[in-house]
Amino acid sequence: MKDSVNFVKEGIFQIIDERGECHADHNLSKNKLREMFWWMIYSRRASEKALKMQRQGKIGTFLPLDGQEASQVGSAMAINKEDWIFPTYREMGAQIVRSVPLVNILLYYAGDIRGNLIPKNVNNLPFYIPVGTQIPHATGTAWAMKIQKKRSVVLCYLGDGATSKGDFHEGLNFAGVMKSPVIFFCQNNGWAISVPREKQTASRTIAQKAFAYGMEGLIVDGNDVIAVYLAVQHARKRAMEGVPTLIEALTYRMKMHSTADDPKRYEDNKNLKIWEKKDPIKRMRLYLKKEKIWTRGWEKTLEKKADRLIEDAVKKMGKVSQLTPEDMFNSIYSKMTPKLTEELEYLKENLANREVEEETQEIKGGFP
Amino acid sequence: MKMNIAEAINDALKLEMKKNKNIVLLGEDVGVNGGVFRVTDGLKKKYPDRVFDTPLAELGIVGTSIGMALYGLKPIAEIQFMGFLWPALDQISNHASRIRNRTMGRYTSNIVIRIPYGGEIRGLEHHTESFESVLSHIPGLKVVIPSTPYDAKGLLISTIRDENPVVFLEPKKLYRAFKEEVPKNSYTEEIGKAKIVNEGDDLTILGWGAMMPKIKKAAELINAKGFSTEIIDLRTISPYDEKTVNASVEKTGRLVVVQEASRTCGFASEIIAGINDNELLHLKAPVARVTGFDIPFPLYKMEKWAVPDADRIIKASKEVLKW
Ligand SMILES: Cc1ncc(C[n+]2csc(CCOP(=O)(O)OP(=O)(O)O)c2C)c(N)n1
Repeated sequence: MKDSVNFVKEGIFQIIDERGECHADHNLSKNKLREMFWWMIYSRRASEKALKMQRQGKIGTFLPLDGQEASQVGSAMAINKEDWIFPTYREMGAQIVRSVPLVNILLYYAGDIRGNLIPKNVNNLPFYIPVGTQIPHATGTAWAMKIQKKRSVVLCYLGDGATSKGDFHEGLNFAGVMKSPVIFFCQNNGWAISVPREKQTASRTIAQKAFAYGMEGLIVDGNDVIAVYLAVQHARKRAMEGVPTLIEALTYRMKMHSTADDPKRYEDNKNLKIWEKKDPIKRMRLYLKKEKIWTRGWEKTLEKKADRLIEDAVKKMGKVSQLTPEDMFNSIYSKMTPKLTEELEYLKENLANREVEEETQEIKGGFP
Repeated sequence: MKMNIAEAINDALKLEMKKNKNIVLLGEDVGVNGGVFRVTDGLKKKYPDRVFDTPLAELGIVGTSIGMALYGLKPIAEIQFMGFLWPALDQISNHASRIRNRTMGRYTSNIVIRIPYGGEIRGLEHHTESFESVLSHIPGLKVVIPSTPYDAKGLLISTIRDENPVVFLEPKKLYRAFKEEVPKNSYTEEIGKAKIVNEGDDLTILGWGAMMPKIKKAAELINAKGFSTEIIDLRTISPYDEKTVNASVEKTGRLVVVQEASRTCGFASEIIAGINDNELLHLKAPVARVTGFDIPFPLYKMEKWAVPDADRIIKASKEVLKW
């Protein structure tokens, strides 16, 4: 591992190539490999289902993760339960690996705040929507771990677009100065909506920005789940030693940015064709087949299991109780203020005595 | 030509860019993609050297716009959603709005910042904010909010020609809600001038942006009961048209102010303070406010409860009409 990481300064850290050939000893057990494949299958199917549900009007704007399964699964699997993660809106895969129930994620995208209720024993934040804003938080949480001498780290997700924000530079600078045990995991998926990576920053790589902040930077093949796993494990060890790492995971957004987006307006199909060959699931399948771990029947079983879990989540989603006006007011402060109590009463009274109903328009929110 | 608000804004940009070569457009996804709402559609094609897809950084977008303006260009920046404006407020309030005063007029920064704002679009979290009152609190800045395609075009042209920094807030719920006849050529609508949408004698209902269609609907129902409602579309909240508001209240003696934003320190509060200053003795009833609640804008399942609607406006009006 050590050698591989040093090698990375010249290039990209990769264990399994596009043809499923393995180039280094990874020492991962067969069960670990199976688990990786399972989470990737589950993530992709969940993302596909959510996209379908959006098209049927069952959830709102959704941001598919397709193509980024290896990055999300490999990274989330590489850290410990007591570690914390700070995900963006696209990290559905990382969330489910870390035991956030799928029903929460669907509820959230269906506009239900209860989706953000992360189970007590899971150290994940809900999705961050304002780009880059999670970065200084991750640094701060890691700093707090260090102050309290905890043996844990923070894994902070971000996209290539987020590296343009001041939040990124301030967050990384603090991490370098305070030696926070934090890993910045940037999924360079080629795009920030319609803006290609080359227009986002004039840096040759994103990873090289790490050096300016006195931390380690490495580039990993983000479609190689094993490489991602090992890279994050390595970064975790370094974080505990007081050296943060910025990992650039090279991957590709295989679908639209969000369901409100139309990539045909700006994306050349050629790119997609190139990246389809690098598909993270396809690659792992080839490798596992060579290792005699994969069979068609096994993958079918995984797909069925995933679909069952997804259907369960959808069913659970259908069974949640109706939201009440209280849900809008209860958690604003630790204790509701008199003013808010008054406003809530006014709303309830209004709802009990409606005279005119607004015709609910099925607008797409001004989106074209 | 019949246009919706998105098309009217696009048209204004096109006409002004043709007229003034110093105009540049910048923002996230405004170029090749034509903006996530397609408001800048086609402009990059037409003016490849004057329309820029920027890195994802709101502070950077506004800060560099100020620099360009200092040098004599006329930048029109887009902030993709109002919820992401916050980091740029440093640049807006410390610099864009003050540079004229700081340098006694030697330098100015007459940038335009266009921002889609508001809710009821089944939007994601943080995509539905209305904090226009925060902007109205910044001296040296103008804040314009159209609610119709006609006004959007005329007001944007005035905004671009203004010598001061102007934030142009676009009610995104209305971008494609309806079309109306909009002149093909350039025309201006005066900034700082409210519009009396409907004249009436018993009651004034005042609002701006996406509240206007709701106000119109409420007024129709109130008028059907035999009252006569005056409707004012404020159109600019800073500087706002006190004269028109005062005159209307002097006539009707009753005022309801409607705002989508949360209640405390919303712009409605300023309107009511103005009435207190000028028109207290003409009032026949206490002024009513219909507003959002003092909560962050909720996820979309609950937005129907969060935003004022015709029913709430009618109830508030009834109270005011009791006097
Ligand atoms: C501060 C901020 N500005 C703008 C947006 C609108 N927006 C949402 S995602 C996005 C692109 C983000 O790109 P990147 O960071 O590369 O992540 P990706 O979506 O590709 O995963 C933009 C501009 C936002 N959410 N937050």
